[in-house]
Amino acid sequence: MSQQPLAPVLTRNWPAPRSWSLDVYQEQGGYAGLRKALGADPDQLIQLVKDSGLRGRGGAGFPTGLKWSFIPQGTQGAAAKPHYLVINADEGEPGTCKDIPLMMADPHSLIEGCVITSYAIRANFCAIYVRGEALHCIRRLRHAVEQAYAEGYLGKDILGSGFDLDIVVHAGAGAYICGEETALLDSLEGRRGQPRLKPPFPATAGLYAAPTVVNNVETIATVPAIVIGGSEWFRSMGTEKSPGPKIYSLSGHVERPGQYEAPLGVTLRQLLELAGGMKDGVPLKFWTPGGSSTPLLTAEHLDVPLDFEGAVAAGSMLGTTALMVFNETVSVPWAVMKWTEFYKHESCGKCTPCREGCYWLLQILQRMVAGEGTESDIDTMLDICDNILGRSFCALGDGAVSPITSGIKYFRQEFLDLCAVQPAVARPDQLRDLVGTQA
Amino acid sequence: MTLIQDTSTGSRPVPEGHVRLTVDGAEVDAPKGEILIRTCERLGIIVPRFCDHPLLDPAGACRQCLVEVELGGRPMPKPQASCTMTVADGMVVKTQHTSHVADKAQQGVMELLLINHPLDCPICDKGGECPLQNQAMTNGREDSRFIERKRTFPKPVAISTQVLLDRERCVLCQRCTRFTEQIAGDVFIDLLERGSNQVIGVAEDKPFQSYFSGNTIQICPVGALTSAAYRFRSRPFDLVSTPGVSEHDSSGAAIRTDTRRGAVMRRLAGNDPEVNEEWIDDKTRFAFRYLTSQGRITTPLVRGESGELESASWTDALRIAAEGLLAARTGVTGTGPHGEQTTCQGVGVLAGGRLTYEDAYAYAKFARVALRTNDIDFRARPIGGADRGEELRFLAAHVVGTTPENGGVTYRDLETAATVLCVALDPEEEASSVFLRLRKGAWAATGQRVLHLGQWSTPSVVKTSATLIPAVPGTEADVLAGLADEVLDALRTDAVILVGERAAEVPGLYAEVSALAGRTGARVAWIPRRAGDRGALDAGALPTLLPGGHPVSDAAARSALASAWGIAAGDLPAEPGRDTEAILAAATAGELAALVVGGVDPYDLTDPESALVALRSVGFLVSLELHTSAVTELADVVLPVAPDVNRAGSYLNWEGRRREFASTLAAPGMLPDCRVLDTLGVEMDVDLFVQTPAAAAGQLAALGTRPASGGSDQRERTHPPAAPAPAGQAYLATWRRLIDDSTLTVDEPHLAGTGRVAYLLVGAGTAARLGLAEGVAAAVATDRGAIELPVKLADLPDGVVWLPGNSPGSAVRTTLGVGHGALVTVSTGGN
Repeated sequence: MSQQPLAPVLTRNWPAPRSWSLDVYQEQGGYAGLRKALGADPDQLIQLVKDSGLRGRGGAGFPTGLKWSFIPQGTQGAAAKPHYLVINADEGEPGTCKDIPLMMADPHSLIEGCVITSYAIRANFCAIYVRGEALHCIRRLRHAVEQAYAEGYLGKDILGSGFDLDIVVHAGAGAYICGEETALLDSLEGRRGQPRLKPPFPATAGLYAAPTVVNNVETIATVPAIVIGGSEWFRSMGTEKSPGPKIYSLSGHVERPGQYEAPLGVTLRQLLELAGGMKDGVPLKFWTPGGSSTPLLTAEHLDVPLDFEGAVAAGSMLGTTALMVFNETVSVPWAVMKWTEFYKHESCGKCTPCREGCYWLLQILQRMVAGEGTESDIDTMLDICDNILGRSFCALGDGAVSPITSGIKYFRQEFLDLCAVQPAVARPDQLRDLVGTQA
Repeated sequence: MTLIQDTSTGSRPVPEGHVRLTVDGAEVDAPKGEILIRTCERLGIIVPRFCDHPLLDPAGACRQCLVEVELGGRPMPKPQASCTMTVADGMVVKTQHTSHVADKAQQGVMELLLINHPLDCPICDKGGECPLQNQAMTNGREDSRFIERKRTFPKPVAISTQVLLDRERCVLCQRCTRFTEQIAGDVFIDLLERGSNQVIGVAEDKPFQSYFSGNTIQICPVGALTSAAYRFRSRPFDLVSTPGVSEHDSSGAAIRTDTRRGAVMRRLAGNDPEVNEEWIDDKTRFAFRYLTSQGRITTPLVRGESGELESASWTDALRIAAEGLLAARTGVTGTGPHGEQTTCQGVGVLAGGRLTYEDAYAYAKFARVALRTNDIDFRARPIGGADRGEELRFLAAHVVGTTPENGGVTYRDLETAATVLCVALDPEEEASSVFLRLRKGAWAATGQRVLHLGQWSTPSVVKTSATLIPAVPGTEADVLAGLADEVLDALRTDAVILVGERAAEVPGLYAEVSALAGRTGARVAWIPRRAGDRGALDAGALPTLLPGGHPVSDAAARSALASAWGIAAGDLPAEPGRDTEAILAAATAGELAALVVGGVDPYDLTDPESALVALRSVGFLVSLELHTSAVTELADVVLPVAPDVNRAGSYLNWEGRRREFASTLAAPGMLPDCRVLDTLGVEMDVDLFVQTPAAAAGQLAALGTRPASGGSDQRERTHPPAAPAPAGQAYLATWRRLIDDSTLTVDEPHLAGTGRVAYLLVGAGTAARLGLAEGVAAAVATDRGAIELPVKLADLPDGVVWLPGNSPGSAVRTTLGVGHGALVTVSTGGN
């Protein structure tokens, strides 16, 4: 491929030595976006982000400006309550590795984005909810926040604008469910992290029942660049409906795994080229476009444009653009089982389909992988998946069945092969018990 | 609530505040904001559910109630939980009856619920009345495809001495945790762990010490929560259920008594939206073993030659009682301490607070007609102060005759009132259903303001988000007289003052409540502790009031009553009688020749010791009782009476609402008080016509009730502000707890284990001055005796200590001979 798809916006500062320090960030033009934004009217900023077409980078791709505009403004009713900005930095989706590297390499871009966003939605308090295991990252982010306070980018009367903002970096306890925004809010309030009933939505009753915007790290870190570059510039990257740059995290059997920033709509074929191709040249067998919760794809899908629409058209979802790449040495049922172990472990337990379904699915998969499955188990699994998908309380259950249904869709034969040598009853030991012989 | 329409609503306009939707092809109008599953219910379409409960906030956790919904002409992509979705105009809903998707979703969820559920229905308490069992039959698959390992847990886990948890059976619907958080405000249980390991549990060393824990057992949709008292005792299909009314407090709570082969097996909350909704406290639920306790008296007893009580026939016992009472009525000649001849005449009646309305009427009539006296008082509790008539005047002015129909304060009023002021009342301890209504207002965050005139921030105060107005015991009246203008303003609009019976222990308090109501226009409700008190008031079991609430001093009322009773007007005693204290004093002084005592425990009275002296001194003592007591031990004749399960009747609850109940179990020989008194009357040659509760009720209805006279009492504000407690002393605050050493909680160890631990409560400053330390024992003493309890710090006013009134280790009146407002000596314990 001749044309370089790399368009460093978010990762622009990453190669610099000590890129995370305030000095380096400022040398690279950091906080210029903030100065510009504070001179503008908050509603103008919301309009700017709307015009830019920025969509949430946490997985669902909800238009960011639209989300901000849902925050009631004024002095009456819900609007009279304090407004909050909450950053979802609870990066826990298997394969996803973009927010933590971003906060490690360039924490100030997030902080700058937080100040601009808070100014736009009229919030004076912002919480960054970071996955608790990412201790190094939390320390670095906290240090950056301290620096920003010292420099007058946070605190009272920021840069003489009269605008106040406090940022708290909150360490989560490492529950996958707390990446779900309402569970995150409950956890942040000190409660048990389980998803809330919606409505009311966070925009009207979020943190402490006050109007709240919950955005992903990458989304907010993109905001300063939009303020500087403008919406037209932003739309010059990516596709019409999915504009802008995106960090793709490549992992698995590739030569150079890591974070690759590219305009939305890039293909895996292009990304693989950047990453030096498949490791040791072993051919690709399957991959996920956006973490394990997005249905897996195969080598047929190498040229699927990786934007929100393209991934859906291919029968999957863009998710968090976590591309886990597997070569031909990997058994699909085994990989699916490992993912299901994760979902069984991380299901929060609130609703029946996800809690019990994952418990059951895992046992069937473990049995199949151990060579004790039957063909009917495949149908049973698909039916259980059908009883979970769209029936569970939040999207965790939907994500849990994605690897199973897509794995069976593309690689049914592999599941069948595991059963081929099996007798007609469910388990060999059962048959032994029944007939008293080795079946 | 909107009634069901047929499908021909076509041209009719949608009523104001309603929306029109279609459920399974039927058009229906539903009030805005109604939850879909309720609309379905009104149409007779039952969508299966577990987590949904009409009195709890929606959760959407179990996912059993999924239905297909079309909104704005577009089908929603996923099936929706009908327990969380509110109705909308033009919505089209398809339940399992018309939608394959909904039906399959429900069957799928049911199968998932059952994969880890044990198949132990045959030994499960819930089997036979189990929503999971029933709905698995109606909406589940015929067989299970699950052949893997089921989840197991150690079982049962005792989350309190009363409540046992089988985690394997739990479907994690969170009804119990939501009940404790939202309704009771006792967050002792919560979800623990995650995913398929998620369980209900309690914190270490913090058991489920809620007065309302039994409700979680009742609303558990599976057999996960069971009670230690009932576990494995019977099968639901062997039980006969009878509706009843709680006899444990003045709430009038609807209950359901389940019996098997003539024995009560358990009690459950009944459903009465106007009264207790679907909740009762644990005492009401579990305290019924008094019915079968060893102390039950089942045959008449007569003190024989030997001086011991001996079984007697009803005929003999009634004859002896009648002879004794007739003699006492006429006058008994005796010999005084100095050999002089004395005559004493008259009979006093202590009716007690556990009578039904009808039985109280029988006592009232028996006293007037058979004994020709107004010396009758139902108040078996401390009455303090110099002016003992204060409570009687208050009751005549504000309480007697009030009912929900004639504008009396109701439960619903408590829920919606802008301001509620509690005076001498701790709702959770003394009237639990009242507490739950106040808590309901607090949870709904309607902005209701609850004020609490008391001594410390009790759990009631905290859980109703109330503001404490602190008062040194004995000075409550003065504090009330000096309320801030801002509070007075609040009391001027849509306010209710709840005054407890303990107001009688504080001089001037009733008068001040009355004056406050007069000044502000706030409505007043009187909340006694015992079930029978309100009925006894309206039935005239008082020295100053006749049945129907007419004053004894009213000649016209006397004459009307005499004519209704068919006696000469002159035969009705015209002078107001003696109250409890005066009756006892007269008995001690030899001014009364006999006493008739119905279910009074002398240890509940102002001074138990002098009450016992009176009972010992009186010449002739007739006791009508359920159990052996200090009174029966001294009585000349003991006549057994029927407990609630064996009698019919009604209670007037604190609202004045008549709560009728029928007999649950037929028990030959168990007679209600009215029947016993009627027959005793016959032996005395007097006809009372109260052979049955129905006959008594008929007379009461014919007599009618005079509404409360209103007006406010005058109070001389001569009480100087309380002097600071002298060194080494403090003012005692005390009242009783819901679960304590009361007579009717006998033989209930599981229930007793959930009672609150007794502490001596004291403020930090006072503790420091008295040399007390938290957790270390201290003694409260009078010249009578001392109570020693560990100290706990609380926000009491300076110079005040608090003791539970009758808890294990703290029988205040019995041990100290004094009560609320007394000056007591406090010292570090452990001599």
